[in-house]
Amino acid sequence: MTELARRPSALIRAFSVGSIWPMVIVVLAACAAFFLFPYDLALLTRIVIMMVFVLSFDLVLGYAGVATLGHAAMYGCGAYAAGLVALHISSDPLVGLLVGALAGALIAWLSGLVLMRTNGMTLLMISIAVAMVLQEAASKARWLTGGADGLAGITVSPIFGRFEFDFVGQVAFIYSVCILFGVLLFCRLVVGSPFGLALRGIKGSSSRMRAMGTPVYRRKVTVYVLAGAIAGMAGALAAQVTGLVGIEVFNFSLSADVMVMLILGGAGRLYGAIIGTLIFMVVHHVAASIDPFNWLFVIGAMLLIVVFALPQGLISLPDRLIRTFGRRD
Amino acid sequence: MSVLLSILVDGVSYGMILFMISVGLSITMGLMRVINLAHGGFALMGGALAHVLTMSFGMSFLSASMAAVLVVVIIAPPMERVLYRHIYGFDELGQVLATVGIVFLIIATVNVFLGSTILPIRSPDLFAAPVDLGFRTLPFHRVVVIAAGIFVLAGLWLLIEKTRFGIYLRAAVDNKNAAGSLGINTSRIYLIAFGLGAGLAALGGILGAELLPIEAYYPLRYMVLFLIVVAVGGLGSVLGSFCAALGLGVLDTFGRYMLPDVGTIFFFLAIIAVLALRPNGLMGRAQ
Repeated sequence: MTELARRPSALIRAFSVGSIWPMVIVVLAACAAFFLFPYDLALLTRIVIMMVFVLSFDLVLGYAGVATLGHAAMYGCGAYAAGLVALHISSDPLVGLLVGALAGALIAWLSGLVLMRTNGMTLLMISIAVAMVLQEAASKARWLTGGADGLAGITVSPIFGRFEFDFVGQVAFIYSVCILFGVLLFCRLVVGSPFGLALRGIKGSSSRMRAMGTPVYRRKVTVYVLAGAIAGMAGALAAQVTGLVGIEVFNFSLSADVMVMLILGGAGRLYGAIIGTLIFMVVHHVAASIDPFNWLFVIGAMLLIVVFALPQGLISLPDRLIRTFGRRD
Repeated sequence: MSVLLSILVDGVSYGMILFMISVGLSITMGLMRVINLAHGGFALMGGALAHVLTMSFGMSFLSASMAAVLVVVIIAPPMERVLYRHIYGFDELGQVLATVGIVFLIIATVNVFLGSTILPIRSPDLFAAPVDLGFRTLPFHRVVVIAAGIFVLAGLWLLIEKTRFGIYLRAAVDNKNAAGSLGINTSRIYLIAFGLGAGLAALGGILGAELLPIEAYYPLRYMVLFLIVVAVGGLGSVLGSFCAALGLGVLDTFGRYMLPDVGTIFFFLAIIAVLALRPNGLMGRAQ
């Protein structure tokens, strides 16, 4: 307890000099990418959006240790909510983002009430089933969602009424990076707070945390709702940037990809989520452009190598190398 | 009334396919506590081999099926030794990811050799012959499927309840460590059970090709369905898998016939309800 009490407040630590460096690197990398690949901004924007999505999954899986395979449910709800709002109510992007976050949080709360009571296999199955129900609902509710054709022609007005989304995607990229930065900051706050420490405790041993008086179920539902809001924002961003929402936003493969990206980078570390997403998306893009039919082979092999050789993810590679070679010296 | 009977017949034959493919998954998951998302890969292998043997080599359906199942049974144990052996020790997540990786490799391999179109299996003309049930006629294929399902159930029951291997298997499912310390070679039990499960999956894949067409993405497309059968039935329970497969088969068919608009939603909501009320499945034991 004294150990905990002596920790500096989460807010201070999130902004403290030592821990700000990784965020600076993220921003610098984004700037570098912006100027180095001016013709690939659409891909870069998609990567940034996936980073937001994977960060939200990191909160659930990496920090609270809750393994689900239905994270696309919240992403999809956010995308549809933002798309519908842009089409029918308001074309302001920030309103869409907010609505997307609320939709993601709502569906996370509703499904989380059931999900967080179970674990293991059952949890995986129910989380898949939730995404399937939403996908079916979206495909059947033609009048609202356009069914299998999806929502098309979503346009958003300029951000703050000033920055218009341009054809090349410069504004979209900067907008997405700003959101990523905000989400990263928020996640740092969450994982550094007593709440985040409780989550890590739950991941370590939920029965011990329960014995210590932590309301485990409530904490898990809360983190699921927070992650749902972020995932909903990622979905909303995708809808606004691409102008399209299709029922494939609820696809099982999206949920699986997110898990792969997170584990690839290293779960339980925020920058692991970012690095994993970057590597996965780039490898995917390169492999798919070399051979559009067999990129799965590359991804599958990469997955097996990481799971077998680097269970802590690629972010642990430097540590591993230092340990291996340090010992030999 | 005849509509309901039709639904029942279609649902039962669909359920039998699900049962045949999923029961191996249920046994291996119950036994090894490994979430094997690659199980559908064995059904795909069986189906793809049967496709090649019947279409390219002109073998008869029966001999091609037997050969395909046999090949899968032979391939599975080395896979278990090389890959799965290491996966047992992983946590839930590692297992999910490793087996997803295996699924990707299987899909890509089938894709390279056979492409991503539907792979038809030439079945004998007899399968299409109508069988008159009084209230409706039914292709003979369905009768074969239902008979095969019952045969598999009976065979597994005999194997598990009446043989020495069955005793060892049940002991290992209940408590691996205790079984091992009593001198049961659990590692060999794993290997045999894995081969058996793979063979059954291949059989189900071949017989079910009419309902669940064989193609490269087969394991990913139907994986959720097989896992749901196992989760609803309860890990490691043959009877549970059987009841779950039949129940889900009938429920899904009923939904498609009677509520075409919301059938699938209804199906998944039913699954969520069952799992929320009985997290260990219908016949699973608490772990």
